[in-house]
Amino acid sequence: MKKTVSLFLLVLITACTYPKIQQDLSIGKQLSFQRNKGNCLACHVIEDGEAPGNIGPALVNIPTRFTSKEDLKAFIWDATQFNAHTSMPPFGKNKILTADELDHVVDYIWSLK
Amino acid sequence: MNSPLFIFCLWINLLISSSLTWASPEQDRKQILTFYQQLFPQLQFADYAQGVYAIDSDAKSSWQAIEEFPPYEFALEEGKTLFNRPFNNGARYADCFPNQGIAIAQNYPYWDEHKQSIITLASALNDCRLQNHLPALPYAKGKITKLLAYMAFTSRGQLIRTIIPEHSPQALNAYEQGKAYFYQRRGQLNFSCASCHIDNAGKFIRSEILSPALGHTTHWPAYRLNTGEMGTLHRRFMACNKLIRAPIDAAQSPALRQLEFFLSYIANGLPLNGPSTRK
Ligand code: HEC
Ligand code: HEC
Repeated sequence: MKKTVSLFLLVLITACTYPKIQQDLSIGKQLSFQRNKGNCLACHVIEDGEAPGNIGPALVNIPTRFTSKEDLKAFIWDATQFNAHTSMPPFGKNKILTADELDHVVDYIWSLK
Repeated sequence: MNSPLFIFCLWINLLISSSLTWASPEQDRKQILTFYQQLFPQLQFADYAQGVYAIDSDAKSSWQAIEEFPPYEFALEEGKTLFNRPFNNGARYADCFPNQGIAIAQNYPYWDEHKQSIITLASALNDCRLQNHLPALPYAKGKITKLLAYMAFTSRGQLIRTIIPEHSPQALNAYEQGKAYFYQRRGQLNFSCASCHIDNAGKFIRSEILSPALGHTTHWPAYRLNTGEMGTLHRRFMACNKLIRAPIDAAQSPALRQLEFFLSYIANGLPLNGPSTRK
């Protein structure tokens, strides 16, 4: 009985959260592609994004490139902290993205395998 | 040996040698030229007058096709008429310029020791109007681009000759200010002109290839297919500043004249080929 209940709960939780995660990633993707938001495509190849630039590296294998999501976030917040000569804009520090938008972008970029 | 005097001398020597690392405009020019020669070994020097089309072979052929029936032709015709039409007082633009204003664009911008400022071809046109009691023309687009188109056309093939007069610290300072502007990061996106046109020249930003800064002043005014209008060099500076969400200095402001002075100096020896067409 206990087992069935917990299984039921697990299914319920998964059912509720899975589409949410999916949806969140799509917000992050949109923010990353949009010209007046992240516009990451200006410089990076990302998945199926159209007409990407080649100023930065293709965004792939991200979890192997950063030790944690927090590290990734710090990089996107202000890449000049890590390389003073980078041409990547400081998205968080210069408020190009709001804190909320930045979190969505980080979730999406972190998902790029 | 380690006397205070010795240490003092060492210190003075250090000071002197560090001030020697300051680069002269001629050293800047050569250094930038060498940088691009290494980046684009396939290009001849004169190719830089073609802007991004020198390095974008796909876009080059459609650009050359457009140049067969250039969209700046109307502006050029109108410019010729405007340039030759006498003012109410009987004087003409030609009277304000050396050689009647023909084939002289390569000598602009220049440092005017008397006025202590940079004179650009556009500012000289407006100075001429003011001397003849006519209102100044707006500097970014419109009538002035027509006059400039005609003057540029008569100057095609002339080699850029931007001079920083010797013994004029003010002229050198104007150049240095322009250079500093070029390398200074600005705007919400934190780019400098150099981030795009030096560091990333030849790379794609979205679907646009970034042009080298060498050659930025050769071909103005330009008809932009994007806007369907003629625009001046300073209008393009303003567009790039807008792109990076930076404060937009006005056309012919001291800052943008200094920037033009710097870019024109490093382009010394390139042939003029304005007016032109650009995306
Ligand atoms: C104008 C160019 C430009 C834009 C726009 C840009 N980047 Fe970058 N990015 C770079 C460059 C160049 C690098 C290479 C590292 C460096 O320069 O420090 C980089 C590196 C990265 C890296 C590290 C990749 C790795 O494998 O090491 C990540 C992650 C990244 N960018 C994410 C983003 C995101 C997310 C956006 C948009 C919100 C973005 N970038 C927008 C230029 C850009
Ligand atoms: C974020 C990138 C970026 C920055 C920063 C930038 N530009 Fe541009 N610029 C471009 C693009 C893209 C074009 C159009 C393609 C080309 O010709 O390079 C362009 C075109 C130009 C042109 C016209 C080139 C031609 O042949 O007609 C000039 C001149 C120019 N930029 C000067 C500047 C100056 C000066 C600055 C700094 C105040 C600057 N740019 C900053 C991206 C940039």
